[in-house]
Amino acid sequence: MREAALLFLVFARVGITTFGGGYAIMPVLDRELVKKRGWASHEELLDYYAVAQCTPGVIAVNTSTFIGYRRAGVTGGIAATLGLVFPPTVIICVIAAALSGFMYLPAVRHAFAGIRVCVCVLIAKTLAGMLKKSAPDLPAKAIFTAVFILSAFLSFPTAALVAAAGVAGLAISAARGGRVK
Amino acid sequence: MIWIRLFAEFFITGLFAVGGGAATIPLLRDMSARTGWFTLGELADMVAVAESTPGPIGVNMASFAGYRTAGIPGAVTATLGIVTPSVIVVLIIARLLDKYRENRITQSVFRGLRPASAALIASACFSLITTVLNAGRAGGSLVSYGNITAVCLAAALVAATRRIKAHPILFIAASAVVGIIFKM
Repeated sequence: MREAALLFLVFARVGITTFGGGYAIMPVLDRELVKKRGWASHEELLDYYAVAQCTPGVIAVNTSTFIGYRRAGVTGGIAATLGLVFPPTVIICVIAAALSGFMYLPAVRHAFAGIRVCVCVLIAKTLAGMLKKSAPDLPAKAIFTAVFILSAFLSFPTAALVAAAGVAGLAISAARGGRVK
Repeated sequence: MIWIRLFAEFFITGLFAVGGGAATIPLLRDMSARTGWFTLGELADMVAVAESTPGPIGVNMASFAGYRTAGIPGAVTATLGIVTPSVIVVLIIARLLDKYRENRITQSVFRGLRPASAALIASACFSLITTVLNAGRAGGSLVSYGNITAVCLAAALVAATRRIKAHPILFIAASAVVGIIFKM
């Protein structure tokens, strides 16, 4: 129960400091879970993220459920998810109720233009830190390059890319296994 | 009755939106036509609010639509509706993965998934960067004012985050102030 309460609080912090979509959660998770608490490694974070990408629903929610489950079973998964969605729900209700013209204030629009630049930089930095570990050898670097090009320039569907990368991982291991034996 | 319908509608949205927040937009457009809970103009407002407030975009959209339809209980119901399918599916997958974690096949698959996962984040970041840098280009000139400010801010942030060890929210707040001052 205490573990579940802690998960709720930690993910509430994550929920309130994540600006943007599923990918914006990565720098926050990297800081809160990997660096500060040692709950997961960079590799595990990327594993969770890969699973979250190809399961239905909101990516950040899927990642949180996964980490919560690893920490404290089904209760942990539910606690982490509720923690993550609690602060945004409150904020949205306040905005919808009191500040319906909020988004049209010029100051708000300028502020968010600045925030978007910052989110970009934070994600790029996290990514740079993860790159070495996520692509340690030549086949992994090849997968990284191929997926990046197919996704960024040719807009291939994400779920298909994740599935193909999984098959590629299998094929590489099979090829290596054959050679070593 | 409205609660059950709200929960069901957002449950379906959560179930069919594979790939996160942006994937919910076409589903919400259909929902608008089907239920009349919000207009397409309101949907555009929702996207703007959801993208710029803290929290996952899909969750924000559900809270906003739920609130518009049935107040605070509506926001809670819609939010729970959109996350429930994720929680169920992810818990099943997590349990299966635990069982086969040491399995060689699972490990090989993840060896392929890890670089792909990093590449997908890189791709999302790349499209975000192009959007941010293009933000000032509406006027037609290639290097416009907004664009230069964004590049300078990005360069300053790269330098600052390298030297100063502070919580990211401080950099976010500072960027918001810069955005207001320079009318980005």
